[in-house]
Amino acid sequence: MHYESPVRNPLILGDKSYKDITNDIAKPVESKAPRAWWIAFSIAFVMFLWGIGCILYTIGTGIGVWGLNKTVDWAWDITNFVWWVGIGHAGTLISAVLLLFRQKWRMAINRSAEAMTIFSVIQAGLFPLIHMGRIWMAYWVMPIPNQFGSLWVNFNSPLLWDVFAISTYLTVSTVFWYVGLIPDFAMIRDRAINPVQKHIYKILSFGWGGKAKHWQRFEEVSLVLAGLATPLVLSVHTIVSFDFATSVIPGWHTTIFPPYFVAGAIFSGFAMVQTLLLIVRKIFKMEDYINIEHIEMMNIVIMVTGSIVGVAYITELFIAWYSGVEYEQYAFLNRATGPYWWAYWAMMTCNVFSPQFMWSKKLRTNLIFTFVISIVVNIGMWFERFVIIVTSIHRDYLPSSWSMFSPTFVDIGIYIGTIGFFFVLFLLYARTFPVIAQAELKTILKSSGENFKKHHDDHGAH
Amino acid sequence: MTENNKYWRGIEEQSNPELTEKLAQNEFANDISSAEFLGNEEVAESETSRRDFLKFMGFSTAAATLAACEAPIVESIPYVVKPDSLTPGLPSYYATSMYDGMDYASILVKTREGRPIKVEPNLEAPFNNVTNARTQASVLSLYDGARLRGPKVSGADASWSDAMATAKTLLTDKSVLLTSSVISPALKTAIAKLGIRHICVDPVSVSNRLDVYEGFTGKRGLPTIDLENASTVFAIGADFLGDWGGQNLMAAYADRRKPSEGMLKHIQAEAGLTLSGSNADVRIKARVSEYESILAHIYNKVASSAGLIAVNAPALRDDILTNVDMAASELLAAGSSAVVLNGLNTKNAERLTLAINLALNSKAFNTSKFVYTSNGNDESVSAFLADVKIGNVDTVVTLGVNPSYQMPSTDFSGLSIVAIADREDETASSAKVALPVSHYLESWSDFSAVDGHYAVGQPTISPLFDSKSAVEIVNALAGGSESAKTLIQESAALHAGSISWNGLLHDGYSSTAVAEVSMNGSMDAGMIDVSGINVMKPQSGLEFYTYTKTGMGAGENANNPWTYELPDPISRLSWDNYIVMSAADAVELGIEVAPESNGAMTGNTLNITVDGNPLENVPVWIQPGQTKGTLGLAVGFGRTAVGKVGNNVGVNAFELLPSTQAISGQVTAAASEVEHGFASVQLAHTMMGRKIVNEISLPTFMNVSHEEWNEKPTFESYKGPLSSFDANLWDDHDHETSHMWNMSIDLNSCTGCGACVVACSLENNVPVVGKDEVRRHRDMHWLRIDRYYSSEMTPELADENGIGAIEKYAKMEIPSESPDVVFQPVMCQHCNHAPCETVCPVGATVHSREGLNHMAYNRCIGTRYCANNCPYKVRRFNWFNYKGNEKFADVNPSQDDYGRMVLNPDVTVRARGVIEKCSLCIQRIQLGKLEAKKDGRMLTDGEFTTACAQACGSNAIVFGDVNNPESEVSHLKQEGRAYHLLEEVGTQPSVFYQTKVRNRA
Repeated sequence: MHYESPVRNPLILGDKSYKDITNDIAKPVESKAPRAWWIAFSIAFVMFLWGIGCILYTIGTGIGVWGLNKTVDWAWDITNFVWWVGIGHAGTLISAVLLLFRQKWRMAINRSAEAMTIFSVIQAGLFPLIHMGRIWMAYWVMPIPNQFGSLWVNFNSPLLWDVFAISTYLTVSTVFWYVGLIPDFAMIRDRAINPVQKHIYKILSFGWGGKAKHWQRFEEVSLVLAGLATPLVLSVHTIVSFDFATSVIPGWHTTIFPPYFVAGAIFSGFAMVQTLLLIVRKIFKMEDYINIEHIEMMNIVIMVTGSIVGVAYITELFIAWYSGVEYEQYAFLNRATGPYWWAYWAMMTCNVFSPQFMWSKKLRTNLIFTFVISIVVNIGMWFERFVIIVTSIHRDYLPSSWSMFSPTFVDIGIYIGTIGFFFVLFLLYARTFPVIAQAELKTILKSSGENFKKHHDDHGAH
Repeated sequence: MTENNKYWRGIEEQSNPELTEKLAQNEFANDISSAEFLGNEEVAESETSRRDFLKFMGFSTAAATLAACEAPIVESIPYVVKPDSLTPGLPSYYATSMYDGMDYASILVKTREGRPIKVEPNLEAPFNNVTNARTQASVLSLYDGARLRGPKVSGADASWSDAMATAKTLLTDKSVLLTSSVISPALKTAIAKLGIRHICVDPVSVSNRLDVYEGFTGKRGLPTIDLENASTVFAIGADFLGDWGGQNLMAAYADRRKPSEGMLKHIQAEAGLTLSGSNADVRIKARVSEYESILAHIYNKVASSAGLIAVNAPALRDDILTNVDMAASELLAAGSSAVVLNGLNTKNAERLTLAINLALNSKAFNTSKFVYTSNGNDESVSAFLADVKIGNVDTVVTLGVNPSYQMPSTDFSGLSIVAIADREDETASSAKVALPVSHYLESWSDFSAVDGHYAVGQPTISPLFDSKSAVEIVNALAGGSESAKTLIQESAALHAGSISWNGLLHDGYSSTAVAEVSMNGSMDAGMIDVSGINVMKPQSGLEFYTYTKTGMGAGENANNPWTYELPDPISRLSWDNYIVMSAADAVELGIEVAPESNGAMTGNTLNITVDGNPLENVPVWIQPGQTKGTLGLAVGFGRTAVGKVGNNVGVNAFELLPSTQAISGQVTAAASEVEHGFASVQLAHTMMGRKIVNEISLPTFMNVSHEEWNEKPTFESYKGPLSSFDANLWDDHDHETSHMWNMSIDLNSCTGCGACVVACSLENNVPVVGKDEVRRHRDMHWLRIDRYYSSEMTPELADENGIGAIEKYAKMEIPSESPDVVFQPVMCQHCNHAPCETVCPVGATVHSREGLNHMAYNRCIGTRYCANNCPYKVRRFNWFNYKGNEKFADVNPSQDDYGRMVLNPDVTVRARGVIEKCSLCIQRIQLGKLEAKKDGRMLTDGEFTTACAQACGSNAIVFGDVNNPESEVSHLKQEGRAYHLLEEVGTQPSVFYQTKVRNRA
């Protein structure tokens, strides 16, 4: 009797050879764009232009074109900021933390997850800039020598911490991503026929030669950067949460915020990766690389982090009650039953209830269901930030100053614009970059054993 | 072998070697010996000395230099000789008075570089030394670009001489001079000289009340009220803290309302909620048509104890009877310390009031000193209107009145109008001759507002336009040619007594005035018999009345953006008038007012007909405290030709009910489909059970230790319970070394009048943002007066009845139908552990060692984090470029060439995108410190104060240095009533409040 010990399911399906992987991954870059790409790109580009228009209108006229007022001084701007930063979380987690934990399944998705991270952090970074009343003075948040009697920034301010956190995150993520791209760019360079294309990829691949020394350095740099990036996964959203946690506003002033925000960020980040990859694998026919196991793994992460977020919500409610502080109690009661109850319950439904479906293996391996949930989760996470920001400040200490918030077309336009901008970047990326880290992926291709067995089966034992 | 070649240096050396040799030896020419030079007589006698030479050279150099420059065009001419009183950068103050036909105030006008920019109360003046919101705002009306720029004849520009000549030809014995109340002796003289029929009309008539006193004394004046002698005041329909009777009672009221034994008891009966009603200890919701029967009821109680004959009075409704009886017994108990004030303009109401006060022998009701600020006569007005109808009038000269607006039911088109007006308003725009009258700050005038009072008004700037003082115009129409100053000097010589002219101008009033009419003793109870009067029967169904709003008054400043932007203290609405209606009536009529998704209030409108006069789509506001069945509408709005600010704001209440009529007859009303958007600055109206305005009753204040009723929050710690000042993580600022500016706000004294809000806007160049922006909750006021109503639901009640939190909070949001009302001025609290300071990324808001929270506008990048993190929500963001954006061109004074002259040069006009907030008038603090430093002395308490504290007529706001143990504010800080707003947040504010005490059990 021939006995095979059970091993893990292969991460790459479809009986691929090394050459198949190369061909498959280089194909979107080398072939003409499909019609669907052009349609998607056109829509995203129009949204992007609309957003630019709204941003220019804001800068030209004043923040008054938004729906803010004397009580609600932040609303969609910071909601969108935190939402995009949160989405940007999955990339680093997948590439750095999973690398350190040697989760090989990450290899199929890390490139796109990191791309998504960078593109969404770019969107996120826009909001703190354009929400400033005087964006032309934005450089004052940098601790740079100046002629104002060496006027220094205020190191007590969480907004300043944000500046450092976000810029560090963007830098490290970009470097990490780029290092991983070098061998893949080299692959495209080597295959390129068009001289212009060849030249561009030649520059981008930094003279990669695939020598053993190159590979050794590549591995070392990847590990070092993963080590550097790992704390960032925790720090960035922790610091973003400090914007609220260090304030005195009931509903903001909460010590649970750092872990709660990080969990929420991973939650929304994975949902966004899910959304994007489900589309990419379909359009670029990469089902063999991003297969159902990847999707299931990510669904499990979504389920776990969604539950953490749910626990955090309930903890907030409990602490509000337990604190005995009437402002705190009212803030949370007002969230659930006040004028913005619909936002609160939208958040609850999308973030806490919907991921619980993932306990079912049938559902978490269902592509359509996964796609729907991934969208729902991101809607829910947007509402979470809206609930935290707007429902806390619209009714704080003095009832005389209570107010409401309603977005104007500019608020909405800028948000839509950043979604457009994000997809413009992502779609350009999908057409010009190897969307899967093929060099890494080849390390997990179980070619020899599988092929031997196959050969053996086909031709029988000799 | 060399040859010794000779090389010549030139042809001369070759041709004449000797000369060359000689010159070479004599290379350095001999100087002329100095002795020889000095000895030269010719040189010494020369006309041009060396000095002259240098002068000439200097001149030509300078001339050549200057000639090279283009001469600048200089439009402003510097003082050749600087007036002693003027230092550029330092203000000069002039004492004068303001009177606009309704408000009278003794004021000091602050001028900077020759421009009046601020009005302050003249505290030394004997009468009305208090500025209300309108007086404060009046300075901006001077810079109104809509003012008439010169005389006009038939709408075309004309010279003064032509216009006067035309006007004179129009005057016949059928001509009428129509004016607002005249209290100027000089103007009265000029009017007498003019010799045509003179009719006085008040925008808000008190004529019937005046008739009562005229009948007894021959004087058209109202008794003054000496509140200092009162211990109980019962006011019926009389908003004596707002607009009633011309005498400003704020200071006296606040003084008598200091919580102590014998604190003034205040009972108010009224239809609509007023400032006075809000401050009352007991408020009776009465219908206007019930006022007379309430007075009669009280009269009968008083009469029965005094042995007088009772009047026939209709029975009172059960739900007010108890309180009216209570009021009567309070009045009787107080005896001669009681006073009844009446606001209903009917003869019977005033006769009853007078009779009650006389029967009580009230010491506060001073019938030997009358106030004359409203002295119009409705009977002569009706006679005039009748004459107009039958064509018995050919020309009307108007002064200070706007008949086309005030009397919309009369057609004046057949008449020739000579309008002495400040603008081409509804009347002047169709006038034959329009004569521009100067603003009071450009005018000479005099005043006798009250018996024994004489004051002069002096110009503080030369007229901006080609206008003249009213007295000069009338005198000229009468054929005189004297200047206004001469006329006033002549008048002053007659009335001012022994004070010198310069003394009069310096003080602004005469302390030695000759009383205009001598009074033969005071009135007594025997003079009046009310037994036969026919008391008005209470109506059923809807009734309608008009009232004046705090900001607008009767509409004298109807093109002044500050009067519109100031939220009504009660409704907290700006830029509107509207029918106030009770919630019960609103349900019956199907009226709803609710916030939109952005918090902007929108409601149904009403089609209303009052005595056959219809008005469509009138906005309606549901007003807690409004008596069911009564509808009130503020006058002064609905202008069509007042200027870009005031045109088409609100509706004209005079179209429904003429000012001469105290109460409506038949009223029908139905909800309209048309919706109206309100500019509301406050969305939630109750305190939600929170300790925000602390309020206790007088017995509690007197008998219980303040530690019980003014308990400070404590925090458990390992050191035991700590106060919010001790339980903190921050290092404290040094508050001992220097000054420590604090502010005390007495919630018991604050009447909510809003003068401080306008004063703050003026002083600090706070932008006006207009209705649409206020509607979006973007008002820019640095100082606001929060108004809270009580609710039927309280946390205690919820606990007792086991009501759950959700229901409790939902019910607490609903104000009571008969609410207690509290006012709370809130400005930046200048926290010593300020939440705003820690969160600003660029350090644009920082702490001073004097206890102030500074805002550096030019460092601000506008993240608005500070505004979010402010528990008091006092920070305001410049959403737009208010001084340049077209949206604000009509409303913001800083966008108007004239309007921007009112800006305070000591305060920056903020740019777009920065946060601004109260600075506790840092510019005044700095000026005060500099003055003291120059003099080499310590600052004394009260040497300067903030704009709000200065404008506060009730002295509710006290500012000072708590490090000076002598200062008033340091004493106030030790008071048992003192508390910090939201002390439990640990912000350690520099502003503190004094608990409100209501005089009831």
